[in-house]
Amino acid sequence: MNMQAAPRHGKTPAVGQPHTRNEEACHDLSVRVRDLSLWYGQSQALKGLDIDIFEKNVTALIGPSGCGKSTFLRCLNRMNDLIPGVRIAGLVEMDGHDVNTAKMDEVALRRRVGMVFQKPNPFPKSIYENIAYAPRMHDLVGRKAEQDELVERALRDAGLWEEVKDKLQQPGTSLSGGQQQRLCIARAIAVQPDVILMDEPTSALDPISTATIEDLMDKLKQQFTIVTVTHNMQQAARVADYTAFFHLGEIIEYNDTKTMFSNPATKKAEDYITGRYG
Amino acid sequence: MQTNQLLALFSGALLLLGLIAFFLGRAKAARVRATGTAMYAQPDQYAWFAVLATAGPALLVSAVGGFLLLLLGAEIPTPYLLAGSLGVAAIGLMVGMNRVHPDFHARQAIERVIRWILVGAALISIFTTFGILFSIVFEALRFFQMHSFWDFITGTVWNPGASFLAAAGRAAEGGSAAQFGSVPLFAGTFMITAIAMLVAIPIGLLAAIYMAEFAPRRVRTLAKPTLEVLAGIPTVVYGFFAAITVAPIIVKVAGALGLDASFNNAVAPGVVMGIMIIPFISSLSDDVINSVPDSMRQGSLALGMTKGETIRDVVIPAALPGIISASLLAVSRALGETMIVVMAAGMRPNLTANPLEDMTTVTVRIVAALTGDLEFESAETLSAFALGLVLFGVTLSLNLVSVLMIRRFREKYRVNNL
Amino acid sequence: MSQSFDEISAQLKRRHRKSARLKWISMGALGLAGLFLVLFFADMLSKGLPAFQQAYVQVELDYNEEASRMGRAAMDPEVSRIVSRSFERLIPGMLRDDPDLLGTSEQRWVLAKGEVDQYLKGHRNKLSEAEREVVDELAESGRVTLKFNTTFFSRGDSKMAESSGILAAAVGTVMTMLVTLAIAFPIGVMTALYLEEFAPDNRLTQVIEININNLAAIPSILFGLLGLAIFINFFGVPRSSPLVGGMTLALMTLPVIIIATRTALRSVPDSIRHAAFGVGCSRWQVVRDHVLPLAMPGIMTGSIIGLAQAMGETAPLIIVGMVAFIPDVSASFTQAATVLPAQIFTWAGEPDRAFVEKTAGGILVLLSILIFLNAAAVVLRKKFERRW
Repeated sequence: MNMQAAPRHGKTPAVGQPHTRNEEACHDLSVRVRDLSLWYGQSQALKGLDIDIFEKNVTALIGPSGCGKSTFLRCLNRMNDLIPGVRIAGLVEMDGHDVNTAKMDEVALRRRVGMVFQKPNPFPKSIYENIAYAPRMHDLVGRKAEQDELVERALRDAGLWEEVKDKLQQPGTSLSGGQQQRLCIARAIAVQPDVILMDEPTSALDPISTATIEDLMDKLKQQFTIVTVTHNMQQAARVADYTAFFHLGEIIEYNDTKTMFSNPATKKAEDYITGRYG
Repeated sequence: MQTNQLLALFSGALLLLGLIAFFLGRAKAARVRATGTAMYAQPDQYAWFAVLATAGPALLVSAVGGFLLLLLGAEIPTPYLLAGSLGVAAIGLMVGMNRVHPDFHARQAIERVIRWILVGAALISIFTTFGILFSIVFEALRFFQMHSFWDFITGTVWNPGASFLAAAGRAAEGGSAAQFGSVPLFAGTFMITAIAMLVAIPIGLLAAIYMAEFAPRRVRTLAKPTLEVLAGIPTVVYGFFAAITVAPIIVKVAGALGLDASFNNAVAPGVVMGIMIIPFISSLSDDVINSVPDSMRQGSLALGMTKGETIRDVVIPAALPGIISASLLAVSRALGETMIVVMAAGMRPNLTANPLEDMTTVTVRIVAALTGDLEFESAETLSAFALGLVLFGVTLSLNLVSVLMIRRFREKYRVNNL
Repeated sequence: MSQSFDEISAQLKRRHRKSARLKWISMGALGLAGLFLVLFFADMLSKGLPAFQQAYVQVELDYNEEASRMGRAAMDPEVSRIVSRSFERLIPGMLRDDPDLLGTSEQRWVLAKGEVDQYLKGHRNKLSEAEREVVDELAESGRVTLKFNTTFFSRGDSKMAESSGILAAAVGTVMTMLVTLAIAFPIGVMTALYLEEFAPDNRLTQVIEININNLAAIPSILFGLLGLAIFINFFGVPRSSPLVGGMTLALMTLPVIIIATRTALRSVPDSIRHAAFGVGCSRWQVVRDHVLPLAMPGIMTGSIIGLAQAMGETAPLIIVGMVAFIPDVSASFTQAATVLPAQIFTWAGEPDRAFVEKTAGGILVLLSILIFLNAAAVVLRKKFERRW
């Protein structure tokens, strides 16, 4: 494990394991990352990361801007493929498959690893179509009734049903920012992925919408593995089971969230959490 | 020529007066300044003001006089007019000199004048539009006094043949009465436009999709200007290409298929016009597709959509207002295109649905009506203006709709480079 | 629960194929457009390049008495059948200008008939069997041959293909463009200056802006109607003259110049304006001394492109009568003249097959000028391009 900052207390954990285990959480492996490095052209953005992400948990990635947390998140569904000049080395393993091999179809990967973005990005379609579109293309639904049912379920799961059930045919862009973001979450869960990546999903939203989405994340982890990047440490403390602290392209500390915020194992994480930099 | 000499004399005198104004003004200002009085402006600015005061009113007077001469047929002999203008110039010179005064804001006065000149320049574009509108409307009205508007709009026979006899006061001698039913002309125009769009929209849009979504950067930077060469080729050249190269090919191909095609068929000008219009569609569509926010694409890809599906179902719908706008502009362009159809399409008004037959268009008839040695007052000549009026109305509305659509697109995605 | 990777991948095969198909089809569309361009230029070159060569024949000229009345008499009657009549007609004049020639004789390369030219180039022609024999015989001895066609660049229009040239049209184009530029450039730049630097954001300004955009999209032929109704019929500008053609084209070019100038002015950063205001310049001084010089390369580029556009325009010029038959270079802006595209149009309408080649040759000349102008605009932009 590439943890240069040695823990101040407690024994060094096994490679990729959290420093302290949260006994209430589920510990079935969802994504295993070993020695993952990434270069943008000449500059190295990720430096040999090791981390095990557990199923049906919320894992928060925190750290100062430019530390590589978003880049890491995008490695999990190969969204970095879209950027020219990116080179990746190391292992990202899911369901027994290395996702970075040429054999792995990135489109199939993204079916199972959904993503919610920083800014809500509903399609230029109706609310209904925003959700029904992907499942239909994936042959997840057949008849119209099935489709209706799926749309309703996804919207209910995203806590948006009550607000939009009378205006399903209106464009997705007519909703407020918070509603749009929940629509994007509903869109992501409608294809029934295993993992949902959230890239600072609330940073563009008002506090009330943020609270709604945090509640939603808590609910969704019953069904999905959630990995979220956040700038907001209170948010990480509120929603996450495990938290990883990134700094300059490395994971400095991976820990049970409660322990991380009350008694961090590394000096750097403590400094960041207490607001000395970042 | 006497007028020419007079004009030269006038310009010379005015120039001389201007020069005098400049040097007198500057000298006077310099003198005032030398006495140590604080002045609002530089001597040169006073000098320029004196020049403006001299030449400006004089030019204005002569321009107004000339306009009256032409417009109202007022009987002002040119020499008197020019002499009067020079008189005004002399008065202006004196006034200007008088104003060379320490507490006169010469610079501000000059800049006010400059501003008005700029406003005047900006108004010329408006005058142009009104000029087009009026010149067409008035002549068109004269045409509609001779032939009913209803027959023009709904008639299916365009036969101006005998109208020149009517203009010569020999209407009774003409065999058959002239008929101005524009339906066959519009049918021909729409047929050729439709063929052009069938070529231009698929090829232009697909090429734009390739350039914006698939092509490596280098290909894109090369392909776009190369395609735009197609739009830079003069239409007369396309007309020649259509008539000499494409039309015989069409006839041969049609012949091979057992069809009978005219050498003036509608397909050749249509196809060539489509080729010309490709860059209109591809360039604007490429810009529009590029300004669809990347977050849309990522949102779709993150749901496990393939690139093709993302383009078809997300990017293109998002870019649709811009693409439609581009297509409308292209249609407007095709409707008004003249040289290609004049050279490659037929002259015979022909109401048919068969694109292999020869048919004529609105613009062809406009050219035909205005190039012969016809009396300007004849109904055929005036019919060109009636056709022009319809063309103006249609293209203007297409352009306006197109501008509105692109504006909506711009506001939606907050793009500024369109 | 969710499907495995293998299941999903299997289902994706069809969709990937579709996606790839879109890529290939769209690439094909771009290729097709490129192919059109290549075919077009190939066609024009193959048709037009022969126009730069013309058949000349070496004749023995015997300046006798009879030749001063009928030029044909100066030549061997066999040979005179394949000599261009445009040359025959020159002989009496030559003798009148220079009486000393009378009684002398000389060897001279003169223009051959257009049909001979077509025959030598292997095109269809109307030469009789006997004439062909004469040509073949003379060609054998090197007395009939294809040479660089100087006539094409040194003469005006003619009814005989072999002696028609583009000089009159080229001069007409230059004169017309001078008028266009003299009107459109100052007015266009001033309009743009007003809209960008001075205009308040009010209704009038918006109307002007919408109007300019519209003007740019109005069919060019309608500008011809304006020229005919207002310039010619109302103001009495002489028909067919470079003056009326230039004025008409100026109105068409105006929006191009305005739009280009506005873009150039907009690309000058506000910091420059603020700095100049900061040292006490008035608005006009800021514009004249700082903004305009910086925007000049962009304005020039736009004007050149607008000029190139105007240069290729034909339809409005036909309407204002610039398709006249002009055998001589016109000397004044108010005399009848023609321009290159109009000359191309006239030639394209000639029934004589030899004119096809002339037309294509004229097209090549026009295209070369346009390519040169556009290349100049690109070079200018590249040279002065500045990132702020």
